[in-house]
Amino acid sequence: MANVRIAGTGMTAFGEHAGRTGRDLFAEAGIDALEDAQLDPDDIEELYYGNFMGELAEHQGHQAPLFAEAVGIDAPATRFEAACASGGTAVRAAVQAVRNGEADAVLVGGTERMTDMGTAGATDGLSIAADDLYEIKAGMTFPGAYALMASAYLDAYDADADDLAHIAVKNHDNAVVNEKAHFQSAITVEDAVEAPRVASPLGLYDACPISDGAAAVVLTSESFAADHDLDAPVSVTGTGQGTDNLALQDRESLYRTPAAETAAETAYAEADITAADVDCAEVHDCFTIAEVLATESLGFFEPGEGLAAAKAGETTRDGSIPVNLSGGLKAKGHPVGATGVAQIAELTKLLSGTHARSDALDDPSVGIAHNAGGTVATATVHVLERTTEVDA
Amino acid sequence: MSPEMRHNGYDNLLDAIEDGEGYYLACPEGHGSLPPRRVCPECGSRDLTDEPLPDAGEVVAATTVSVPGPKFADDAPYVTAIVDFGPVRLTGVVRGTDEEPGPGFVVGVDVEETTTEGERVVTFRPR
Repeated sequence: MANVRIAGTGMTAFGEHAGRTGRDLFAEAGIDALEDAQLDPDDIEELYYGNFMGELAEHQGHQAPLFAEAVGIDAPATRFEAACASGGTAVRAAVQAVRNGEADAVLVGGTERMTDMGTAGATDGLSIAADDLYEIKAGMTFPGAYALMASAYLDAYDADADDLAHIAVKNHDNAVVNEKAHFQSAITVEDAVEAPRVASPLGLYDACPISDGAAAVVLTSESFAADHDLDAPVSVTGTGQGTDNLALQDRESLYRTPAAETAAETAYAEADITAADVDCAEVHDCFTIAEVLATESLGFFEPGEGLAAAKAGETTRDGSIPVNLSGGLKAKGHPVGATGVAQIAELTKLLSGTHARSDALDDPSVGIAHNAGGTVATATVHVLERTTEVDA
Repeated sequence: MSPEMRHNGYDNLLDAIEDGEGYYLACPEGHGSLPPRRVCPECGSRDLTDEPLPDAGEVVAATTVSVPGPKFADDAPYVTAIVDFGPVRLTGVVRGTDEEPGPGFVVGVDVEETTTEGERVVTFRPR
């Protein structure tokens, strides 16, 4: 089984790109990733592409061949859709393809164009990640679903909803120096607590923004990296994926995410690591409560202790396990299909020491990407490790 | 937005709830699920039978939605809740109470119309 190297990364700025087509956003990210890897489009043997709602956003299905063309790639191109985990599932498929020798060099990317839909349109579009019959028709929105999870968590552990604000404050603060982030501005706990409610107990600052953007990374086999003298010090050493009931009402617990637990268990086993080995993590904080559930599912904290740990600063730059040094979805932004790929791009820079927040880490070697779809009915976890030696 | 069409199974259940004859699907192991299903999601049994939906259930979690989707624009703010009826849980809009209900609040299930478009929606009212 071939080891998988990350040879290049590319991202558009995340934010509002009014009028820019998805194909143009992806072309920017894909070309950046290829240039970063110092490879040509002709070197790429497969495109794995994540996108959630291109049909709704810009009336464009069948995006993979179109977007391959936009980057100049003439190779098999396949789209992956798993709601907000679309990017993560594309990464996982790309890792598997390189591992099993089907391809030596692949481009994996994702795009979402959302802001032109407006708040109501995007809210409606995002809701299709839920069960249409038993959730959407019952008035459940995406923020409403996470609000139900938050409500259940706070009730189960007798926790204070205001404490969620500490996660929003941390992620905004981390994003201040991230030039690709949707928001590069700090907020206070008071800002978050006093903001209008979107779906109680969650307010405006508990929610990630609606963003446009694209991300791409080049994955190669270790032998390809050696043969082409690529600067690719970071490897993907573990990949895992889990599934849960789509509808919240069908789950045993509203405040646990077993799909992410399964994904983490698989990825950790492949990489032969434990949660204690992890130096930093990019997790799917579409809402503040989602980061709490993620850090518990990844084993950083026991169930019921994630929120208190966040309040105590354990996940800040100075904490025991820095989480979302990029700003996370919360402040970096969440162009849905791009998110899972962008996490890989951010972690690659963090482990390479080239990230704007690299000074928060002391010689890091292991990073984790946690990407979730819907209310975590799909979850992917990837383990990235800095392994400079090449065995080929 | 979902196209206007009938969804057999789901719409049959709403018809039954409107008639006061709500039901759920039960497998021989006692697992409950909601139609349309051919397989018990818990154990894989294909031997599913209709059983009467309990008359009342308890709120598991509730939220007051202030930013709705277009089909609920004129309904907001409204309360969405997941209610536990024992063998199955249902999601719907809570009506008939001014307070956002907490866990354990007892409700019955009905089918009413949304304010925005007059579409059928599962509702819960205090019992």
